[in-house]
Amino acid sequence: MHALQSGGSPESGPAPGVTHGRSATLPGGKVVLGSEEIRRALTRVAHEILERTDGGGDVLLLGIPTRGVPLAHRLAAGLAQVEGRPVLVGSLDITMYRDDLRLRPARSLGHTDVPSSGVDGKIVVLVDDVLYSGRTVRAALDALGDLGRPRAVQLAVLVDRGHRELPIRADYVGKNLPTSQREVVQVLLSEIDGADAVVLGKAAGADAAGPAQAGAGQ
Amino acid sequence: MIRHLISAADLSRDDAVRILDTAEELAQVADRPIRKLPTLRGRTVVNLFYEDSTRTRISFEAAAKRLSADVINFSAKGSSVAKGESLKDTALTLEAMGADAVVIRHGASGAPYRLASWVRGSVVNAGDGTHEHPTQALLDAFTMRRRLGRLEGLRVTIVGDVLHSRVARSNVLLLDTLGAEVTLVAPPTLLPLAVGSWPCEVSYDLDGELPKSDVVMMLRVQAERMNAAYFPTVREYSRRYGLDASRMALLPDQAIVMHPGPMNRGVEIAAEVADSVRSTIVEQVANGVSIRMAVLYLLLGGAESGTERAEAAR
Repeated sequence: MHALQSGGSPESGPAPGVTHGRSATLPGGKVVLGSEEIRRALTRVAHEILERTDGGGDVLLLGIPTRGVPLAHRLAAGLAQVEGRPVLVGSLDITMYRDDLRLRPARSLGHTDVPSSGVDGKIVVLVDDVLYSGRTVRAALDALGDLGRPRAVQLAVLVDRGHRELPIRADYVGKNLPTSQREVVQVLLSEIDGADAVVLGKAAGADAAGPAQAGAGQ
Repeated sequence: MIRHLISAADLSRDDAVRILDTAEELAQVADRPIRKLPTLRGRTVVNLFYEDSTRTRISFEAAAKRLSADVINFSAKGSSVAKGESLKDTALTLEAMGADAVVIRHGASGAPYRLASWVRGSVVNAGDGTHEHPTQALLDAFTMRRRLGRLEGLRVTIVGDVLHSRVARSNVLLLDTLGAEVTLVAPPTLLPLAVGSWPCEVSYDLDGELPKSDVVMMLRVQAERMNAAYFPTVREYSRRYGLDASRMALLPDQAIVMHPGPMNRGVEIAAEVADSVRSTIVEQVANGVSIRMAVLYLLLGGAESGTERAEAAR
């Protein structure tokens, strides 16, 4: 979902153990959250969700592919551990609802997996890795509306990096990360990338024009 | 991704798998309360049908509408074609109306290929003469993959009127690309001369092939294209190359029976076979909508080919 670069430069491996997996690391990237900090942030967010939803009874966590999905599952495990009962979790692909489809060749679709009980009457918590322009969340709200009518929709993100282009805010934030638009935030998760980290790096040259392009996936 | 879909041979293995994977996701849309996606809003798909067709035209229409495209249906009957308008002039008319995609069925092999050089939009071949029908092959492959879990190494036997069948040709080409092994079974008179150059085996013995088939696909006997005596009588054809219950019993346990439709019950396929649990004939129709949604999305959903940029994210 992020403006990744292939073949990060060798002298700037951001952290030991972060260089394998599918994603290349950012050149000059700086690790702003390590795996312990990510774990603590998710634990806190899980507790906040329980507080704000009266124990999480009607909660359905929907991760937005790619990296929102493992985050949703981790939060669900956290909720289940505290409350001692399973929590509904799934994924919601938003590709077909994006507002920038015409800017690039057709994208491959992610997987949508909504529990059979549906979204009607549930408190749906959308989960994504980075909140940036807000366009992904706008698309997710549209996608959700076509699946049914939740009682409420909330938003949980691991990182809020600012620079909103739409009137959208997160209900639960793992880490507020002030950034410039020239920077790129990369979230690495062990389920996909082999290790956990949040890396802040410089965007590649001219491509770093702004959220609409470099951060379209956020 | 390619710009037009004219032949199953245009698809690389990656393209074909991508279409199947996309269709797998889009199949879910049929089970939702709102069976519509906003993706192709404001784009126009023209169904240009010079030959009669029920399921293919309706299938493309349903697919385009589920993606919110505007659909214009054009059938040769009752149009200017009946007054003698040429394909090129019709194409230029569609061009002037701003068609983003033209789905064409035509009695002449190669018509979609010609059309693609006259219009700016994408051209999708929905069957041209005895040449190709690529979306049928894609939905057949999709059905096989859903039922049997794989395509690689699958043994597929295609039986019947291969000579007049655009379905057979597209299936042979696509299944070869996807790693399946195809055997054609037909009377010698109903095989094309060049069949030796196709990437498949040929046999005249249906009973010998059935026990080693994972999939048996029965083709329709196309009486409307038969302008010569290809076999002595329908009864003899049915006895040697038709699939009845006793032949079906020769198939392995998991094997499935397919037919692109419309069926001649009692000729190439017996009614009890068509209605058995092995038969995927109704599924094929539902899968056809998903596959055509995937094709329209991948051809029209992204940037126009002139403005392509590297796909950075995934």
